[in-house]
Amino acid sequence: MADKQLACAACQPTGICGGKGLLTLKDGAWANNPLAIQVLGICSALAVTNRLENSLVMGAALIFVCVGSNLIVSLLRKHTPHRIRMIAEVAIIATFVILFDQFLKAFYWDMSKQLGPYVGLIITNCIVMGRAEAFALQNPPVLSMVDGLANGIGYAVVLAIIGFFRELLGTGEILGYKIPVFSEWYTPNQLMILAPGAFFALGIVIAIFNAIKGPAPEENK
Amino acid sequence: MSETSAWVILIAAIFTNNILLTNFLGMCSFIACSGQIKTSLGLGTAVIFVMIMTTIINYVIYHFVLVPFNLGHLQFIVFIAVIAAFVQLVEMFIERFSPKLYFALGIFLPLITVNCAILGASLFMIIRNYSFMQSVGFGLGAGIGWALAIVLLAGLRQKMRYSHVPKCFEGVAIAMIVTGVLAMTFMGFAGMVSIQ
Repeated sequence: MADKQLACAACQPTGICGGKGLLTLKDGAWANNPLAIQVLGICSALAVTNRLENSLVMGAALIFVCVGSNLIVSLLRKHTPHRIRMIAEVAIIATFVILFDQFLKAFYWDMSKQLGPYVGLIITNCIVMGRAEAFALQNPPVLSMVDGLANGIGYAVVLAIIGFFRELLGTGEILGYKIPVFSEWYTPNQLMILAPGAFFALGIVIAIFNAIKGPAPEENK
Repeated sequence: MSETSAWVILIAAIFTNNILLTNFLGMCSFIACSGQIKTSLGLGTAVIFVMIMTTIINYVIYHFVLVPFNLGHLQFIVFIAVIAAFVQLVEMFIERFSPKLYFALGIFLPLITVNCAILGASLFMIIRNYSFMQSVGFGLGAGIGWALAIVLLAGLRQKMRYSHVPKCFEGVAIAMIVTGVLAMTFMGFAGMVSIQ
C-alpha cells in the first residue's frame, strides 16, 4: 500500500505521535478498513458510487470531516463531560459538514446538486462518529488526526474502487470520458448504476476483503 | 412535482422510491438488526414513528424559523438536534411501557439518532420542496418502506441460516447480495408512480 511512503520523522518513538503514527495509519486504512471490514458508513458508499467523480468528492469530504472532527474532539476530550459527549461530538461533526457543504455550494454547484442530501448525511456516517467515540476521546490530538486521515483514506479508496467499477460497467466510461477500445465493444449494463448494482458491488468487495484477510470476522446474531 | 398528492407520495415512498433500496439510507442498522424478524419489526415500528414525527417537526422548524431568519445553512445541525431529542423521548417511552422491547432493541434505539434514513427523509423533504401534507405522506411512506425492507431481509436471513454460503461471502457480504436481489424486485414497481 501507499502508506509506507507516508512514514515521517514525527512517527519515531520520540516524535509527536509517540511512535504509533504509522501503525494507526495502517490499521485504519487497511487492517480495520471501516467500509470493507467493519462495514460502517455504507449508506453513502452505496449512494454516491454510481460515478467515479462523485465517489472521489465524497471520499475527500469524509477525509476532511474525519480529520477535523477527530482533532477538535481530541482537543476537547478533557473538558467534555462524559454524559453529554455524544451531543458534543455530533455538534462538532455537523460544523465540519456544514463547512464542506458551503464550500461545495460556493465553488462546485453542480457537484453539490448531484450529491444532494448525501453531503449532509455525513453527519450520521457511523465512521466519523465511531472514530470520534472510539479513538479521539482517548488519544492526543495529532494521533487522532492521523487516525481520522487513515480511516478517511480507507473509506475513500474503497469508495473509489466501487465507483470505478460501477461507472465502467454501468456506462462504459470513466470520469465521463470514453475509453478507446473498451467503450465501443462493451454494451453498458444499466443495472450497475442503479440501486441493485451498488449492493452487488459492495457485497463482492466485502467478500474479496474477507477472502484476502481470512474468514468473516462476525455474524453474531 | 409539487402538485403530486400526498397519497401518491406515500405509495411512491414505500414501493418505487423505497428509502432503503433505492436511496440506500439507514443501511447500518439494516444490516446489523436484521437477524430476527421480531427485532426488526420492533425497530421498524420505532423508525416509522420517529420518522413521521421528525419530518413534521423539522418541516415546521425549517419553514417557520430557519427560512424567515435566513438561517437555512444551519439545517443540518438543527435537524440532527431535533432527531436526537426526539429519539431520547421515544427511548424513555419504550423503556417505561415495554421493557422487553427495550432490551431487545438494546443499543440500536439510540442508534436511530444516527440512522441516516431519519435525517435523509428530512433533507429530501427540503430538497424536493414538499408542502406540509406531502411531507407527512413522505415521512410515513419512507418509514413504512424502511420497515418493510428490513422485515423482508430478516425473513430471508432466517431462512438463509440453513443454506451453504461460500466461506468468504458469509455474514455481511451475502446480506448485501440478497439486498441487491431485493432491490431488483422492488425495481419492478418502478413504472407505477414516480417522485423525484
